[in-house]
Amino acid sequence: MSFAGNVATLVAKDLRLEWRSRTRINATLFFALLTLLLFSFAAGPSHSVQSANAPGYLWLALMLSSVMLLGESLRLELENDSLEALRMLAVDARALFIAKALTNAFFCFLLGVVLLPVAIGLYGAEVKLGLPRLVGVIALGTLAIAAPGTLYATIAVQVRARDVLLPLLLFPVLVPGLLASVRASSLIMQGDPMDQVGSWLALLGIFDALYWILCTLMYGRVIED
Amino acid sequence: MLVRLVDVSKRYGARWALAPVSMELDRPAVVLLTGENGAGKTTLLKIVATIQRPTRGHVELFGQRALDNLQAVRPRLGLITHQAHLYFDLTARENLVLVAQLTGKPVGEVDGLLERVGLGASLQQMVRTMSAGMKRRVSMAKLLLQRPEIALLDEPFTQLDPGGVVLMEEVVRELRAAGSLVILSTHDIERGRLLADAQLTLSSGSARSLTLVAA
Amino acid sequence: MKRVLNIGLPVLALVLVAFGAYHGLVIAPTERMMGEVYRIMYVHVPTAMMALLAPTVVCIASLVYLLKSSRQADALAEAGAEVSVLFATLCLVTGSIFGRPTWGVWWTWDPRLTSVAILWIAFIGYLALRRFVDDAEKRATWSAVTAIIISVDVPIVYFSVKWWNSLHQMQSNPNTVDPRMAAPLRLNIAAYFVVFLALLWTRYRIGRARDERENAVPQTEAQPVLRMSP
Repeated sequence: MSFAGNVATLVAKDLRLEWRSRTRINATLFFALLTLLLFSFAAGPSHSVQSANAPGYLWLALMLSSVMLLGESLRLELENDSLEALRMLAVDARALFIAKALTNAFFCFLLGVVLLPVAIGLYGAEVKLGLPRLVGVIALGTLAIAAPGTLYATIAVQVRARDVLLPLLLFPVLVPGLLASVRASSLIMQGDPMDQVGSWLALLGIFDALYWILCTLMYGRVIED
Repeated sequence: MLVRLVDVSKRYGARWALAPVSMELDRPAVVLLTGENGAGKTTLLKIVATIQRPTRGHVELFGQRALDNLQAVRPRLGLITHQAHLYFDLTARENLVLVAQLTGKPVGEVDGLLERVGLGASLQQMVRTMSAGMKRRVSMAKLLLQRPEIALLDEPFTQLDPGGVVLMEEVVRELRAAGSLVILSTHDIERGRLLADAQLTLSSGSARSLTLVAA
Repeated sequence: MKRVLNIGLPVLALVLVAFGAYHGLVIAPTERMMGEVYRIMYVHVPTAMMALLAPTVVCIASLVYLLKSSRQADALAEAGAEVSVLFATLCLVTGSIFGRPTWGVWWTWDPRLTSVAILWIAFIGYLALRRFVDDAEKRATWSAVTAIIISVDVPIVYFSVKWWNSLHQMQSNPNTVDPRMAAPLRLNIAAYFVVFLALLWTRYRIGRARDERENAVPQTEAQPVLRMSP
């Protein structure tokens, strides 16, 4: 089967698997909502503080929950050595990576899209430049999480102390994505008088392209013995 | 030359699981792999299957360096291990269809093969709810689907009921008749010797002998 | 030759650091605006430079490992990572100590400070990963992949923050240096460079020695090649 065909087959497999174990996706969602709530309490009652910081809280909650999603997604592959089985079938490691990372990006994106209205409501924020653009930022931002996240999760899940190692490895690499996503979201929500959104999105886009290419190329080494 | 091991050894941390083994298997056969627990049988099988990398030495399969030609070599191999190598949250059928799609084997054969291994009534059953014996039967169907030229079977008779054991023997004979090399490890030496053309004995990580089994 | 390096480098390093410290603390003139506090620059600037040089060594060694599976490259990468964390720590601490009396803050979102902080965390993660993986090849491969991801990340962090600051018109540090301060600064940079080399070399040797001890194959008598046909 062709490379694209393999990716499609694997994505279908991953989506089916995630759907069937959706109880843990629900758990992650509630964790994320809880985090948003906790930020609200921690920030204090001032409305202006909360709405100004809404993008930051949203992206922090999204990042923390994504780590949980990533860990679980790779744990599924370790059950029964399924990853070993895929290696035996001589599936191209790059197809494996792209399929897994796309699926992870998709679920992180869904999570973000669900958290968005909650954050807007909870923090009393407005969205001056329109929701569609904000959803676009969530798409680019979750792609930035998914590529290094899938690669590092593959490593972490095979090692002891995996729950500590994944965030430790991943968070430094999420910083540029976090910065750009929060800035772009903030401008879209609070107004962009100097037309800077495009530049932040460009930075995010470059980051995504760089890391997707880099991680796809290196994934073969990560999964081979 | 189907399988050639040159000074292959394997270390896990501080422990040497496999001392240097050099071996040549040049024709279709059933090779029985025996040895006490911890002798290195699983390690040897996994190294021949290219799933694990030897610490020293190298493996040649079909005349090529295995680790340099993984994409070419792996589709011609089959592996059954203690782990089921299946997705728990997919059905038996979905697991096999996935394998067929990824390896270019005919998807239409899947149902027939599952029937043949006695799982005709369990096509839509989640692997998570299956007994160990049923999972092993799914693995058998997978092996039949793949029709590997070299099959590595790590204690394939465990977890199977008597009907399943007979089925596994059939599968081994079929592969052998089709020209495959089958290396299988088992503690049931009598049953193994009935199937085997040769016996490879390991002890404490060293390969002690490779002898032909009298017919 | 090796013995010259093993003993000579650390000794040279100590001598140069002492010399440089003397110049920095005593001989160099007092700064007009900042007074004596600025003298910590004679430590901060060299450690900052080494904190950028060491990761470069790790990146190159990791690339070499991925391409050639060389155990020496892996040992060098590990040594470089530990040295990176050391110099990054010194850089952050001295920077903080300088910042407090000068600007009144222990920390600021300066692009250089931020990227060194991220670098510091990233390499601590790298070292943690190494500690948790027992298999030597996996450890080397996974660390190499991690190092490359880090190496791409840190410059991006630097540019992101720099750009963010420029949009907000934040203060940047003036970089002009009086010639009477340039000489002690260069001396200290050279001194810390030798410290860097000494530490890297020593840690590399330790890594190689450990590797060799682990890889000692137990002696077994020569085994014949087992064949199916006699």
